[in-house]
Amino acid sequence: MNLSKKWLLDYVDLSVSDKEFADEMTMSGSKVEGITHEGEDLKNIVVGKILSLTRHPDSDHMWICMVDAGQGEDLQIVTGAQNLSVGDFVPVALDDSYIQGGKHIVKGKLRGVESNGMLCSLAELGLTKHDFPYAIEDGIFVLGEDCERVTGTDIHQAIGLDDTITEFEITSNRPDCLSVTGLAREAAATFNKELHLKTPEVKCEAGGDVNDYLKVRIDAPDKCYRYNGAVVTDIKIEPSPRWMRERLRASGVRPINNIVDITNFVMLEYGQPMHAFDLRYLKGNQVIVRMAKAGESITTLEGTEHPLSEDMLVIADQEAPVAVAGVMGGEYSGIMDDTTTIVFESACFNGYSVRSTAKRLGLRTEASSRYEKELDPESCGLCLARALELVELLGAGKVVSGTVDVFPTPKKKIVLPFDPEWVNNFIGIHVSADEQKKILEKIGFVVDDEGIHTPYFRIDIEHQADISEEIARFYGYEKIEDRALSGEAAGFLTDEQAFEKKMSESLLAMGLSEIATFSFISPKAYDKIRLPEDKRQSVVISNPLGEDTGVMRCTILPSMLDILARNYSYRNMEAKLFEIAKEYIPTEKDKLPEENNRIAIGMYGANIDYYTLKGIVEKLLDISGVADYDVAAVRDDPSFHPGRTAEITVDGKRLAIFGEVHPDVAENYGLKTKPYAAVIDFDLLCKVKNTVRMYHPLPKFPAVTRDLAVVCDRATPVLTMERAISKAAGEILEKVELFDIYTGEQIAADKKSVAFNIRLRSAERTLTDEEADNAMKKAIDALAELGAILRS
Amino acid sequence: MKEKLEAIQNAALALIEQADTPAALEELRVRFLGKKGELTSILKMMGKLSAEERPVMGQLANAVRSDIENHLEKKSTELKAKEKELRLQAETLDITAPGKPVEIGHKHPLSIVLDEVKDIFLGMGFQIATGPEVEYDYYNFEALNIPKGHPARDTQDTFYITDNILLRTQTSPVQVRVMEQQKPPIRVIAPGRVYRSDAVDATHSPIFHQIEGLVVDKGITMSDLKGNLLALAKRLYGEQTRIRLRPHHFPFTEPSCEIDVSCFRCGGKGCPMCKGEGWIEILGAGMVHPKVLQNGGIDPDEYSGYAFGIGLERLVMFRFNIDDMRLLYDNDMRFLEQF
Repeated sequence: MNLSKKWLLDYVDLSVSDKEFADEMTMSGSKVEGITHEGEDLKNIVVGKILSLTRHPDSDHMWICMVDAGQGEDLQIVTGAQNLSVGDFVPVALDDSYIQGGKHIVKGKLRGVESNGMLCSLAELGLTKHDFPYAIEDGIFVLGEDCERVTGTDIHQAIGLDDTITEFEITSNRPDCLSVTGLAREAAATFNKELHLKTPEVKCEAGGDVNDYLKVRIDAPDKCYRYNGAVVTDIKIEPSPRWMRERLRASGVRPINNIVDITNFVMLEYGQPMHAFDLRYLKGNQVIVRMAKAGESITTLEGTEHPLSEDMLVIADQEAPVAVAGVMGGEYSGIMDDTTTIVFESACFNGYSVRSTAKRLGLRTEASSRYEKELDPESCGLCLARALELVELLGAGKVVSGTVDVFPTPKKKIVLPFDPEWVNNFIGIHVSADEQKKILEKIGFVVDDEGIHTPYFRIDIEHQADISEEIARFYGYEKIEDRALSGEAAGFLTDEQAFEKKMSESLLAMGLSEIATFSFISPKAYDKIRLPEDKRQSVVISNPLGEDTGVMRCTILPSMLDILARNYSYRNMEAKLFEIAKEYIPTEKDKLPEENNRIAIGMYGANIDYYTLKGIVEKLLDISGVADYDVAAVRDDPSFHPGRTAEITVDGKRLAIFGEVHPDVAENYGLKTKPYAAVIDFDLLCKVKNTVRMYHPLPKFPAVTRDLAVVCDRATPVLTMERAISKAAGEILEKVELFDIYTGEQIAADKKSVAFNIRLRSAERTLTDEEADNAMKKAIDALAELGAILRS
Repeated sequence: MKEKLEAIQNAALALIEQADTPAALEELRVRFLGKKGELTSILKMMGKLSAEERPVMGQLANAVRSDIENHLEKKSTELKAKEKELRLQAETLDITAPGKPVEIGHKHPLSIVLDEVKDIFLGMGFQIATGPEVEYDYYNFEALNIPKGHPARDTQDTFYITDNILLRTQTSPVQVRVMEQQKPPIRVIAPGRVYRSDAVDATHSPIFHQIEGLVVDKGITMSDLKGNLLALAKRLYGEQTRIRLRPHHFPFTEPSCEIDVSCFRCGGKGCPMCKGEGWIEILGAGMVHPKVLQNGGIDPDEYSGYAFGIGLERLVMFRFNIDDMRLLYDNDMRFLEQF
């Protein structure tokens, strides 16, 4: 909301600096976003009078003017404009002046003739024909009677381009502040001044009876609470006076003509949208407020035809819609230059209805943006009267006696208890009952024995807490004391939160960096990772930003691959990444999906292979205290390499899948390297974890260490062999550790040599050679059963 | 014999003096004091001496022996020290050459700041609550005093799944979920992802993070809100930090306010970071609306509370001087490695 200072001063006597005004208003709840001064760019431009005009000797279109600009001596200025006459008053940009856009004007010569400045057009002052309808756009702005035509007068003052505009951010609960009077009320209360509001007076010079001109019927009282109408005859369409144009301009509304300007003026002044119809085009002189019928459409003022649907509220005549209620009028029934009789509409519509209609038609207007916040029907009559008063003030027409007032749905009046103590306790202040009453009264509340009567324009007040805010903001938020939180309370992480922190810290310690990815993805991502159709059930966003963000991911893998791919495309040589985030799995219709927590790991780079990734996964399991798990090859997951992928299961449930990303998938992501990825079920890991640590006494007796190298089929899993050794060597086996796998010369092509380091120890005694030999023999026998023969 | 002993002594001492390695020294020890050494062979001749001469010569021979031993010992220590010195000299490194790189991972800047905020609140006795991101319209709007048709819904462009299920636009729904499950006193923060249908640009992202806070107890007032959030601001930005409450509007708090902190770059004098204002807005807050307490099953006549919401991305961008929010979700290693 842009507030004109000139307009504000009509209602409140204020003498504070702009900065102070902005600061105080912000602190009392009307946030100031910025302050601008009209004609800020213009400097050193004054009113001048053309004393003489002579042709430029070396130009067929330029004129040499002698100008009295109140500078002591007359100025010679050269201009190319053709619209000047002797005696005209014009804007003169003197030597060393600035025009719109910050352009610097200095004296100089034009085709050899000295020019001591420049005469300005409307555009050079930052104005348009809408601001001065009598001026021409392709020539010098010749000041009319509505300007201060005194030579030497600063141009801002002379043409009224001297307003200060304050831009407010108005919150959605305060549509009353989307108006000059609303903000004036706030300003008056903020600075403890009187608010000067006048009741409009209408003379009704046309006499007659409005009911002879206009009939109004409301068929949808749930969507139209009230409809007030009045009729004005003998309309003379012309530009509105300068003061009105100025106020509209300052408010950011373009002046059009007197009648349209009056509707806008009243809307800006009181926050109540108005509309004017040409009575000629209201068939049957009838206004019917009803829902649109199937198949109806309307061409609105801006010239577009909009099909209407049955849940849209329209203003219709006997036959067809003439306006979309609260949004925009129809082109056909609008005000034209030859309009003679008009109907003013001042109505109140349901906010939601206006909002959804405006949204669907793509027509968000000044009117709809006010209606949609839910206005109060009480102001309709007042605003209609104000419009009629302005018609008479401007001599724009003759008002017919009486107004039509159809008011099927009054708002319930709200009376709240006046309980100063409750307010004090709720906010933590000590403001006396008297003081509270004063605060409320200066913003329009009435406090009496019944309680607090809320003013009609304050649709947001419905609870004592709302009253407390009014008290608090005018008492001053800054005066509320700080009080440190008291009382005992224990702050601690839940088991799951602590575990998540541990996992995150462990991954960081292992050299992986944390990423943050979007949780919605393109459904095409499932193609990229070759996810089987039956695993693609996802939570679908009905109104996504675009297809790229259409579904909530049901697997975190594509998010990780996206980031690997991005880093690869940035030519980062290596990436080792993780994220602890969610997958979203649909459940029943109208039920929330499961949100499952996953640890995603992704890596690529020169020194990274399957075993790098496996080492990380194993370390996480180790840190989680998960020892009892199974590892199996996964050959059938289309996202992963069939020979380089494993799953870890606990009690038959998959805890993790990890491995090399399938080359086709890597190619889909443009990764010309071998990416590796793991997805770990964090929720399951958290459930099976055992982070309790117990001390084991340090060994008292020495260990016996033996190496063992066997030759076996290439396909024989090392894990199987390790387990066989463990089982065979029995209790005294402390550790079996792989230290080499060899294929190549000296070994048959389908075989591999595998070497283990085996450590044996007893807690009770020093092992004898015989005991150790015995254990080793059992291990060798067990390996032989797997076809692994001791290497000689 | 005496002359011979003295000659040996002189020769030995001279040679010891000249020796320049421990090996040469050892050679001399063998040559003079060894079993077949010169001194030993002289002593073997002692038997031929008279009874009077024998003790005298014996004494002399012992003196010569211990003199040579002492010199050997002394020289040996000297040489060892010298040798050590040479070795240390040879071991000199270019200590300016870079160390061997140690690789650890980098925490995402969002996590860095979030963890810091969590720690601050844990220290103040808060617990950390969570709620679903795919949420019922009821919790995200209705229960927060934003019924269908409320204009506030327009300011939060919402992603819908169905008519009644949406992607939460704020962490505030967790307030009601917490109240449903827990009786006062309540002291929680609820950080998490939220979603709004905003196109991506330098300051907007359809996914971002909020940190919700909720305190409910008997006798909670705006003074507590002010004191609590002042404490937060001081922990985040230093003891000298001040806060300013500006009246604002949120449907689920009443009174509501936005909270500015004195600019942590210029201290409030005005600079480009605070756009000359001296204040930087960091969060929204207010007293929990009695209707919201009621919706959470808490009697507003008995209890009151305050709530607040912090935009995490905003904090992070201020903290690290990041001017483009997209960097946070781009996850470029060259960006991540800076933290």
